[in-house]
Amino acid sequence: MTTDNLEKSLISVKHLQKKFGEMKALSDINTEIKKGEVVVVIGPSGSGKSTFLRCLNLLEVPTKGNIYFEGVDITDKKTNINVHRQKMGMVFQHFNLFPHMTILKNMIVAPMKLQGKSEQEATKLAMELLKRVGLEDRANAYPSQLSGGQKQRIAIVRALCMQPEVMLFDEPTSALDPEMVGEVLEVMKGLAKENMTMVVVTHEMGFAKEVATRVMFMADGKQIEEGTPQQIFEAPKSERLQTFLAKVL
Amino acid sequence: MIEMLHDGFVRNFISDDRYLFIVNGFFTTIKITFFAVLLGVAVGFLIAMIKSTYEMTGKLKLPNLICNIYLTIIRGTPTMVQLLILYFIVFASVNNKTVVAILAFGINSGAYVAEIVRSGIMSIDKGQMEAGRSLGFTYIQTMIYIILPQALKNVLPALGNEMIVLLKETAISGYIAIQDLTKGGDIIRSRTYDPYFPLLTVAAIYLVIVMIMSAGVNRLERRLRNSDH
Repeated sequence: MTTDNLEKSLISVKHLQKKFGEMKALSDINTEIKKGEVVVVIGPSGSGKSTFLRCLNLLEVPTKGNIYFEGVDITDKKTNINVHRQKMGMVFQHFNLFPHMTILKNMIVAPMKLQGKSEQEATKLAMELLKRVGLEDRANAYPSQLSGGQKQRIAIVRALCMQPEVMLFDEPTSALDPEMVGEVLEVMKGLAKENMTMVVVTHEMGFAKEVATRVMFMADGKQIEEGTPQQIFEAPKSERLQTFLAKVL
Repeated sequence: MIEMLHDGFVRNFISDDRYLFIVNGFFTTIKITFFAVLLGVAVGFLIAMIKSTYEMTGKLKLPNLICNIYLTIIRGTPTMVQLLILYFIVFASVNNKTVVAILAFGINSGAYVAEIVRSGIMSIDKGQMEAGRSLGFTYIQTMIYIILPQALKNVLPALGNEMIVLLKETAISGYIAIQDLTKGGDIIRSRTYDPYFPLLTVAAIYLVIVMIMSAGVNRLERRLRNSDH
C-alpha cells in the first residue's frame, strides 16, 4: 500500500442528516474514513450509530448531505449504488443468511451473479475463506443447522467473497449468546490485522480499545467526540461521554 | 343387479359412442385449467411484485392503484358473471370459446394468486432484502434470487389449493356452451335420462385429478423443505 492510498479517504461523509418523519436521527455528521482504518462507533442505543452505518451504503437514504465512496458521490441520484455496494461488505446484527441456500451457495451467489465469476472460481475463494474461519466442513450445511456464532462468521465471509474495499459491521455480536461473542470478534480482529478498512458499530468496548484506530462517540444523532481509543477511553472530554463510559465500563 | 349395472354402463357410455363426451370433455377441462393456471400465476406474480414493491418502497404508485382496482373488481364479482361478461361483451367477436374461458379463469385466478404470493413476499424478514441489496444485488435480482424462492416455499400449499379451486371452477364453462367434463356428463344425462352413471363418473374423474394435483404439490413441498432441518 502506498502512502498516497493511506492519505486518501475511502469514505468521506459531509453534513450527513437523516430524518425519520419529524424525528431527527442524525444531524450534521462529518467524517473521513481512510483505507486501512478501523473506525468503531459507540454510543447509547438510539444514538443513531446504526443509522449512520446504514447510510454509508445507502440502506438508509440520507435526508441531506453527501457521502463519497472512492471519490464518487453515492448520494447522487444518478449514481448506480448497486455497483458501489459490491465493494462495501455489510454484516448485520441478525446475520441475514439466506435460509434456502447452503452455506457455500450463500457465499458464491453474489460473486457469480454480480462479478461474473465461474462457479469453480467463486467456490475456490469461498472455501479458502471458510477454512480461515474454521467452517470448511459446513459448506454444504444450511444456515438453520448452525449456531449463532457460526452464522455470523459465515455472514462475514459471505461479504468477504465479494472482495470488498470496506466492511461495515452493524452490532455484529449483539444477537449472540455470550460464549459465542469471542469467536466472531476473533474473525474481526484477524481482518483488522490484514488492514481491512472497517466501520464497526458495537457495544464491545474491549474490541474498541484493542482494535480501533479511531473511536467515534455518538449520542442523540450527533457526533459528540472522536479520537484514538486512548483519548476516548482514558481522557474523555465531554460530559456525555464520561457518563456513558461510567455506565458501560 | 349386475345386469342392471351392465345395461346402464352400455346405455350411458357405449351406445352412440357416448364415452366421447366424457373423454373430450376431460381434455377440454384439462386444457382450460392448465392454461388458466399459467396465466393466473403470471398475472398473480406480476401483481404481487408490484404491490409488495409499493408497500416496501413506496414506488409504483400508479401500477399499484391499477392492481387494486383489478383485485377489487375480480374478487367482488362472481366468477360466472365474469365469464359471461367476457364472452358476451368483451370478446363478443371472438369465436374460440376455449380461449375466452382460459382468459376468464386465468384473469380471475390471477387475483387470488396475487394475494397469496404477496402475503408470501411480505412474510419474508426484511433483513433478507437488506442482505441481498448490501451485496450489490438490484431490487429485482434480490426478489428473484432471495425473496421469491423463500416466499414461494411458504405459500406453496395455498397456491396448490388455488389451482384445485380453479380446476373445479372451470365446471361452469358449460354456460358459454363449452363442452367440458361437466357439460359432457350432463349431455349424456339429458340423452339417457339416467343421472347416476354420467354424473357420478364425472365427479369421480374430478376427484382423481384433484388427488393427483394434491400429491404433486405435496411432493414439491417436501423437496423444497430440504433446507428446514
